Amino acid sequence: MKVMAQMAMVMNLDKCIGCHTCSVTCKQAWTNRAGTEYVWFNNVETRPGQGYPRRYEDQEEWQGGWELNKRGRLKLKAGGRLKKLATIFSNPKMPSIQDYYEPWTYDYATLTDAPAQEHTPVARPKSLISGKDMKISWSSNWDDDLGGSAATAEHDPVLKKVGDKVKFEFEQTFMFYLPRICEHCLNPSCAASCPSGAIYKRTEDGIVLVDQDRCRGWRMCVSGCPYKKVYFNHRTGKAEKCTFCFPRVEVGLPTVCAETCVGRLRYIGLVLYDADRVLEAASVMPESALYEAQRSILLDPHDPEVMRAAERDGVPRDWIDAAQRSPVNALINTYKVALPLHPEYRTMPMVWYIPPLSPVVDVVRETGEDAEKRENLFAAIDVLRIPIEYLAELFTAGDVAPVDGVLRKLAAMRSYMRDINLGRDPDGAIPAAVGMGEEEMYDMYRLLALAKYDERYVIPPAHAEQAHDLEEVACSLDYEGGPGMGGSGPFGEGSGGTTPIAVENFRMLQDRQTSDTLASPDDKAARVNLLNWDGKGSPQGLFPPKADE
Amino acid sequence: MDTFLWVIVPYICLTVFVVGHFWRYRYDKFGWTTRSSQLYEDRLLRWGSPLFHFGLLAVFLGHVMGLGVPKSWTEAVGVSEGLYHFLAVSVGAVAGFGTVVGMAILIYRRRTVGPVFSATTKMDKTMYAVLATVILLGLANTVFANIFAHYDYREGVSIWFRGIFRFQLHPELMAEAPITFQLHGLAAMLLFALWPFTRLVHVFSAPLGYLTRPYIVYRSRDTQLGTHRPRPGWDRTR
Repeated sequence: MKVMAQMAMVMNLDKCIGCHTCSVTCKQAWTNRAGTEYVWFNNVETRPGQGYPRRYEDQEEWQGGWELNKRGRLKLKAGGRLKKLATIFSNPKMPSIQDYYEPWTYDYATLTDAPAQEHTPVARPKSLISGKDMKISWSSNWDDDLGGSAATAEHDPVLKKVGDKVKFEFEQTFMFYLPRICEHCLNPSCAASCPSGAIYKRTEDGIVLVDQDRCRGWRMCVSGCPYKKVYFNHRTGKAEKCTFCFPRVEVGLPTVCAETCVGRLRYIGLVLYDADRVLEAASVMPESALYEAQRSILLDPHDPEVMRAAERDGVPRDWIDAAQRSPVNALINTYKVALPLHPEYRTMPMVWYIPPLSPVVDVVRETGEDAEKRENLFAAIDVLRIPIEYLAELFTAGDVAPVDGVLRKLAAMRSYMRDINLGRDPDGAIPAAVGMGEEEMYDMYRLLALAKYDERYVIPPAHAEQAHDLEEVACSLDYEGGPGMGGSGPFGEGSGGTTPIAVENFRMLQDRQTSDTLASPDDKAARVNLLNWDGKGSPQGLFPPKADE
Repeated sequence: MDTFLWVIVPYICLTVFVVGHFWRYRYDKFGWTTRSSQLYEDRLLRWGSPLFHFGLLAVFLGHVMGLGVPKSWTEAVGVSEGLYHFLAVSVGAVAGFGTVVGMAILIYRRRTVGPVFSATTKMDKTMYAVLATVILLGLANTVFANIFAHYDYREGVSIWFRGIFRFQLHPELMAEAPITFQLHGLAAMLLFALWPFTRLVHVFSAPLGYLTRPYIVYRSRDTQLGTHRPRPGWDRTR
């Protein structure tokens, strides 16, 4: 047994209202740069729907993740090492920018530059890739709230598995949101696909990162990740991915997406796992056994033997404490209501989801029945096979039993808590019907409904007794040379020594506030961009040149 | 003049090549990349890039054979002049032709596909011009010099080239070579001098280590947190 710690996340889909605040704040923090316009480390998908990039879940087409070969051994679905090297000059499975979407901005200058005229001037969309006029036909959440889904949802690869006959019933009864970040897998296929070995899993907290100094832009990680959560920065020629906001997590702060989540549906905490058994668990057959296999390698942090082994393997004492208090561990292992996303990709993903009960509740309510009565909800769960099969395709490789169990627990909690809230005597038979004790059910309710900030985010700070040197605490602008040193080096975008993140942000903000250009490249013709105008002076080109100039 | 062209220039260029790479690696690890443009376009790239790269690999191996291996060695293992000649011309022509076709597709793509063109730096354009010159002259050498003129470069250019590394200088051998060989050699030297300052550096990160390393790389968190380098003068305590 080799005990390792993993920073993991659970999202409670019942609470997600699809507001995209997580996506926007994440983008503001990490990917608001040229080259990453189309990059969403965090995105929110409406399901059923195609997802982002389009149809990324169709692994027959994209060949992401792992599969078992004939002898039952794990291999990369897109081919092993030799095949990777043979296709290195042109990756056959790499999504093109059209599979994501062509990012754009608007030509705001025409609004201010236009002469007096009869018709209102129009700001036309301009591609941020080519700088030319473009027709907007897709984006990262084009099918938001099932918009246009009559035409597009049928391409949802998950829906295809459930069967076409259910489509219309489906659209009337069932919709939910799926926020996605990098899964920080225990068995990451992006790292396994990287020819340079630039993608690594941190031993301390299991966060999967791209070493920007070692990435050589071979693009194999982009196609290797079945969740398509490694992106190619087309300006720097390097791969970038969600970092689990490690500069924040290292000092005990939750990720930006979790911090800003309006519905407070994200939980962050540690799990301990047995690194020696990852491969074995990732290779089990059939696929429907993968959820249990994945859960089985997570260790019980209260078990004295595990604690001793953890200490032996270098997990600090306060991290073991944190693992014991971890809400993530409780939701996955104690209450067993959190499920992994697509375990059939065999990457052992570490962002878990509590499947939504609300579609079931909505159906019961629409029939006019009591939507909080246990019998009604249970009956609805039994009847609504299609939504449950769909959830099972997402979370348990098609096995409906675990999804069924989770939804029953959530339904039972709902009706049990109603009695308490209305001042009636709680009915112990309700938790018993789903195999839980009354106290356990109440604790689960507390965690799901009431948990405060420090209960939702149990993040032990990193171990380096150097707190005043931490980037997010200390002022990073006293870096050698200071902020405002030139842009990029002589060899194209982003060359030259590394720049601290804070300095980069500072420069970018300064640039955005003072630049007049469309997408900030110097060679593009200057335009007036009032969005980035900080109010000082007047932007270049706002007024026509004076006569004497 | 011969000494300048065939001794001084090569040494300057090869020094720039070596020192330049060392400096670039130290100074600019982040800029050390293939700068792939596959995200923008992959229909043309799918054909052009493998043709060009595999062609170049074959061409490189051909140069190792032709320039690196002395004539006496191949004769010692029983490869006759005629057989060697046949192999060099046929394989060289096929590889060279593939490279040129691939390069033509790639240059056409770079010029006509808007996003790819706007992602092209001045250095890229310079490099493309020099690289194309070298390749075209090289192909011309293979075709014309071997078929029509019958210049045996293994008794001339090769000895001069190996001499550079063994400090046995033979500028006179190059001075006697046909003009296309001279130009090919000079253009190649210019390319070597430019090399460390272009995207060509990605040649030296050919990921052969991938064949032997374990799939999943584990790494400890950097000893420094954030992006501050630990200040000199005191050590961190553990």
